[in-house]
Amino acid sequence: MIEQKTEIIFNREIARDTFLMGLRSPEIVARAKPGQFVMLRVRPGIDPLLRRPFSICAVQDDELLLILYRVVGKGTAIMAEASGGDSFSVLGPLGNGFALPDRHQQSILVAGGIGVAPLLFLAQYTRTGPIQLMMGFGSAAEIIALELILDRTMDFVIATDDGSAGHAGPVTDLLEARLNQDEFERDAASIFTCGPGPMMKKVAAMALERGIPCQASLEAVMACGIGACQGCSVKTSSKEGQTYFHVCTDGPVFPVMAIDWNH
Amino acid sequence: MSASYPDLNVKLGPLEFKNPVIMASGTFGYGQEFDALMDLNLLGGIIVKGLSLRPKQGNPPPRIVETPCGMLNAIGLANVGLEVFMKDKIPWLQTLDTRVIVNIYGHSIDEYGELANALKGVEGVSALEVNISCPNVACGGMAFGTDPSVSARVTEEVLKNTDKPVIVKLTPNVTDIGLIARAVEEAGAHALSLINTLTGMAIDIESRRPRLANTFGGLSGPAIRPVALRMVYQVVQSVDIPVIGIGGIMDHQDALEFLIAGAKAIQVGTANFVNPCVGPNIVEGIRDFCRERGIAHIDDLIGSFEPA
Ligand SMILES: Cc1cc2nc3c(=O)[nH]c(=O)nc-3n(C[C@H](O)[C@H](O)[C@H](O)COP(=O)(O)OP(=O)(O)OC[C@H]3O[C@@H](n4cnc5c(N)ncnc54)[C@H](O)[C@@H]3O)c2cc1C
Ligand SMILES: Cc1cc2nc3c(=O)[nH]c(=O)nc-3n(C[C@H](O)[C@H](O)[C@H](O)COP(=O)(O)O)c2cc1C
Ligand code: FES
Repeated sequence: MIEQKTEIIFNREIARDTFLMGLRSPEIVARAKPGQFVMLRVRPGIDPLLRRPFSICAVQDDELLLILYRVVGKGTAIMAEASGGDSFSVLGPLGNGFALPDRHQQSILVAGGIGVAPLLFLAQYTRTGPIQLMMGFGSAAEIIALELILDRTMDFVIATDDGSAGHAGPVTDLLEARLNQDEFERDAASIFTCGPGPMMKKVAAMALERGIPCQASLEAVMACGIGACQGCSVKTSSKEGQTYFHVCTDGPVFPVMAIDWNH
Repeated sequence: MSASYPDLNVKLGPLEFKNPVIMASGTFGYGQEFDALMDLNLLGGIIVKGLSLRPKQGNPPPRIVETPCGMLNAIGLANVGLEVFMKDKIPWLQTLDTRVIVNIYGHSIDEYGELANALKGVEGVSALEVNISCPNVACGGMAFGTDPSVSARVTEEVLKNTDKPVIVKLTPNVTDIGLIARAVEEAGAHALSLINTLTGMAIDIESRRPRLANTFGGLSGPAIRPVALRMVYQVVQSVDIPVIGIGGIMDHQDALEFLIAGAKAIQVGTANFVNPCVGPNIVEGIRDFCRERGIAHIDDLIGSFEPA
């Protein structure tokens, strides 16, 4: 984990309200693993005060750290205004990251909206076994073109809520259809997911029902990102023992069976 | 010129620090979390997360919400508890060459005494900081620190059970903080630290629900600094024991305000989240400030306030 000023190499809108930012940091890139995140200070000074957490979406040329983000509030609006040559203080890489799939496993990556970010790094990093990516978006305008981020082609399917592209309906429909196919081998598959809470809850339920290993990358409001403030708690499924995990250090990636999805 | 020019060493009664910059409880974990980012031995001291007899899981999420130039937290004093602290945290803390202070809290006056007793003679613990901002179960949950006589009784109980210097940490959520400060001083405390967080709340206007699951939280960060500075200044006027200033300190300039107002040392809290390397930067900033102005010893600066 390091803290450093990093130069913005590019920052562009690649879908509606969705930006891709490239930050130069060979040091963080060298340490980064899929599923890890960084805490970004969107500007010096005290407003906004806290750093904002972002998944590492991909790395390029051993020196570029890619962040894929959606403008949802004050901090991300400031980020969207930044241009090449500006710099941000970045703290990272943070968190545990995904447990990588086995050699002969088929990986199913289920993304809801901007939740695709950590899954793309996982796809970029995983060179063994087939990968299928399922992405859900609100509408066609929000679809992220993978070739802008990944240096490899991959098998993917899309769902949109309004039916303007791909399957009309939630991305979990695509997962359900796949898991119900006759030729689907549940013993040789694992699922990785990131997206809105209700979506991940559904994915978790499907995986648990069928006994398929599934890891989810969770979000929580964070202050420190390094386990010092205890602010980022999430309820565990444990009946005795520990009641809360800290998303920043115990996660952000958890096996879905470890989480209480009813909270 | 010697290497120790300017001299930043400060004495708070029986407690000596290599410089006046101390990391505040609850914002610096158990120190270890920051080890990869800085040389912890550059700090004047570290105050660990508030410790209770038994482990505490804390409040349901969300526990944090950002507010203008500040944040509200309702962590609920989550901590590992005495047993794990002694086994897992103390051995590592003992390897540090900086003052380690344990912040303690209880749900009853007896619990404060029990905790103090358990830490008696523990090597590597330089002092106790007593958090009296937490709810007193016997008093319907009213904070111990809002009542002068209860504050004094907690202080006496801790003093009776320890061989270490005792710092009592005051809550700002009172009408007259000077009154509490004097009661705690009379009870025998070696030093005071202030302020803890100011109680606040925030509402989500769409759902009309509180933005913290606990509804109320403690406000910290630069938003509270002017209030904290005023209270520190008032308490410095009201007591003879040393005072440690806390509240919204983000850089060395903020720290200097508190020192000039009369605080013998300062604590840095929320700033650790914003810039995890801020502690050593503040030490350096204070050193440069003194050097540039020919201030040989930090004591020459402390309390040098010129009233209007
Ligand atoms: C481990 C982790 C990884 C993340 N990765 C990404 C990513 O790759 N791309 C991306 O666009 N976003 C990601 N997020 C969410 C991102 O941190 C928030 O969208 C961002 O902090 C909002 O900042 P803001 O100032 O624009 O919004 P604010 O003005 O602070 O808030 C606007 C809205 O965002 C929500 N929000 C604020 N902070 C968080 C938070 N920490 N987590 C979730 N929601 C929040 C608020 O509840 C509110 O509804 C991640 C969050 C976590 C915890
Ligand atoms: C997340 C968080 C947790 C805290 N936990 C404790 C604690 O356990 N015990 C305590 O005495 N003070 C605790 N505090 C209060 C701080 O030590 C400090 O008094 C307060 O935040 C004001 O300083 P600041 O504005 O520099 O943060 C906590 C503050 C924050 C923000
Ligand atoms: S964000 Fe501070 S402990 Fe996780």
